[in-house]
Amino acid sequence: MTSITAYEAGASQLLMGNEAIARGALEAGLGFASAYPGNPSSEILGSLAEVAREMDIYAEWSVNEKVALEAAAAASFAGVRAIVAMKQNGLNVASDFLMNLNLTGTVAGLVLVVCDDPSGLSSTNEQDSRPAAKWAELPLLEPANSQEAKDMTKWAFELSEEIKNVCLVRSVTRVSHARGDVRLGEPMAPSREARFAPTTLGQFTPLLVPIKHSFLHQKVNKAREIFESSPFNWYTGPEKPELLIVTCGSGWNYSLEAVKALGLESSVGILKLGTTWPLPEKLVQQHLARTDKVLVVEEVNPFLEGNLKELVGDTFATLGPLTFYGKRSGHLPTFGELDPDRVMGALGSILGRERVAVEPDYAKKAQALTGSLVQARMIGFCAGCPHRATLWSVKNALKLDGRGGFVTGDIGCYTMGLGPTGFFQLKTVQAMGSGAGLACGFGKLDKLGFDQPVLTVCGDSTFFHAAIPALINGVYNQSNFTLIILDNSATAMTGFQPHPGTGASALGEPAPTVDPEGLCRSLGIRVEVADPFDLQDTTQKLLDLMQDDSGVRVLISRRKCALVRAKEEKPAYKVRVDTEKCRGESCGCARLCTRIFQCPGLVWDDETHTAKIDEVICTGCGVCADICPASAIIREVA
Amino acid sequence: MKDKDPLNVIVTGVGGQGNVLISQLMGSALVRSGYHVTIGETYGASQRGGAVMSHLRISRQAQYGPLIPHGQADVILGLEPVETLRVLGQYGNPGVMVVTNSRPVYPLAVAVGIAHYPSVEEIVKALEELSRKAWMINATDIALDLGASILANIVMVGALVAADVLPLAAQEFELELQESLPTDRLDLNLKAFRRGLAELKAR
Repeated sequence: MTSITAYEAGASQLLMGNEAIARGALEAGLGFASAYPGNPSSEILGSLAEVAREMDIYAEWSVNEKVALEAAAAASFAGVRAIVAMKQNGLNVASDFLMNLNLTGTVAGLVLVVCDDPSGLSSTNEQDSRPAAKWAELPLLEPANSQEAKDMTKWAFELSEEIKNVCLVRSVTRVSHARGDVRLGEPMAPSREARFAPTTLGQFTPLLVPIKHSFLHQKVNKAREIFESSPFNWYTGPEKPELLIVTCGSGWNYSLEAVKALGLESSVGILKLGTTWPLPEKLVQQHLARTDKVLVVEEVNPFLEGNLKELVGDTFATLGPLTFYGKRSGHLPTFGELDPDRVMGALGSILGRERVAVEPDYAKKAQALTGSLVQARMIGFCAGCPHRATLWSVKNALKLDGRGGFVTGDIGCYTMGLGPTGFFQLKTVQAMGSGAGLACGFGKLDKLGFDQPVLTVCGDSTFFHAAIPALINGVYNQSNFTLIILDNSATAMTGFQPHPGTGASALGEPAPTVDPEGLCRSLGIRVEVADPFDLQDTTQKLLDLMQDDSGVRVLISRRKCALVRAKEEKPAYKVRVDTEKCRGESCGCARLCTRIFQCPGLVWDDETHTAKIDEVICTGCGVCADICPASAIIREVA
Repeated sequence: MKDKDPLNVIVTGVGGQGNVLISQLMGSALVRSGYHVTIGETYGASQRGGAVMSHLRISRQAQYGPLIPHGQADVILGLEPVETLRVLGQYGNPGVMVVTNSRPVYPLAVAVGIAHYPSVEEIVKALEELSRKAWMINATDIALDLGASILANIVMVGALVAADVLPLAAQEFELELQESLPTDRLDLNLKAFRRGLAELKAR
């Protein structure tokens, strides 16, 4: 598709929120960009990497978010404007460094973009990252659409340099993964005089802590002062509204829509805040004074609501009593993402207006005609996915072992191993690398009566990100578990970004390859390598490792992602079902091949009552030939 | 229909059908003609057989939010029939115009024999009763005839443009294809678009 530098300044381009953030950084004279992939943030670094050669700037996929922030901070220390991007979970990984960087301060503009995922559309949580701004005492900007995403990111670099500290930009899925027309500005060349030159003792440390902390407060006050006149905060509506909506980010879109749909333009005003921490107190008070009823619209937690109430508490004598509506009052949900209908519902119930979204007759007819026809489309492993094959062997090895062993899971495509296409094998899933960390603990419970074998899985990218310290911990503390590295040579879930094991850089250039096998062996770990498509060998190796029962063992289950193979290779096999041999429903297997194995390429034919191959979907991996007890699935070398 | 402001269009289908791409192409073409366009997309499940939906808000006046309120779709472009019904149930109204592909993509539960897919009669009945007008196009067959099932999405855009429900002319979309696609893929996509145009015009 069209790159973020394809159009001239002054033109309008349809840009995804994340592309707009990247474009804003280029217009600010960005020199350095780093990130670890994670939805909904991945396209920020992705689109910068795409133009990095042309713009002669540096872009990298870092091994994790903490290193990404550290690397970007180094660029800032050397006088180069830098951006670092991550999803909400990533901010937690980076926060150890962030909580020292805030006291240290920065030199050239440093912008940290965090993309939250309300409703956890592609995440394990729906963490609201904004309290991190308050916690770390760093200024926070919240764009509402692509145009603002570009403009705010550009401005964030200036703000960062004004106050000599990191500036946070917080986006959400409905901004990052929405597209909108953006009026483009001129890209700017970065400074090419990078030099690290400390002028005072301890300048690049948080020491002496209380003094640096007092400096941090001065910076916050300066940011607040700047925010008082920021063009990213504005009011629309009547002079004295019956109700004032205070909103930010995605909430602003829904508020506008709701006010318009209910025809409340003459009675409801909207204060749209782009700078949400520290609050521009004078500006906010001036607008709160317009009315005595306030509705706060924001995603996900009542962060803005809490800060507004704090301010009202401090200024009660001048503002007088106000009634607040929002998440605390129960007018808006405290979990899940917002949408225009939810905001219309809140407005309607506060002001006693009823809005009929869908005519009841139509709604009834729609329910009657479509309700029973429309089923959930569950997501699962793709046809030919190596994870399905590995987890099949895991299931069988655990059964053969018979001691009640189990698998702790991790973050990636294979998280779907919790569900039917992974045969429900994963029993825990938390954070990046946590499967191995949990395994360390389970593997040390033998003194306390524990005797189950412990398996844990992680992907290749997750291995580099956070599993290595847990693995070393397991070796050092002589824990007892088997780590299965699901090496599919890709960060598949987030869009195939390269990582240290792939031999390619963010720009697609050759890079040194870090070999997980050699790394594990260097720790003195017993390592086996298996091809997951060889079910018998994989199952046997797993059994051997499980029954070795001493220390940490590693199985590398190595096979490229099916989506990558489809682009690079011809199918290995032509697969078909021999309908003479397939006994259909009368076979004792109870449709093992389709009902249990659940590959989208192997389907049940309702007419012939046998299994059949869907040739459009089948990738020719041939694994299903090994699971049919009647040997009715035939695999021929293609 | 096409003068309504904002015009609310939903493109729906299954991950892997190229739903996001056509929303983006139509959106870019409309921005080129001076419209404000916002597109809200459901990502994440897009490569793994999940339902995928894009909301397009098209306006001469302002940028709208990325989510269309319930019951407020003006146009639905469906790449998969049951996904079209899913969207109709939530966002439909008596005035909605629908153009949908007739070829099913079976959910995994149907493929592996633990659920059933609705019959063509059931689908057609629901489409007719829940829309002002609905067209069913066998876009996948046309695409296969051109050599690649993936082209069904572009065939469907052709049909949608021919239905004259968007402020988007055929030559404007063709210009977008020329600007956005590498030359080796352009010819086939232009063919697919024109086949879709012709298919609906012939109705």
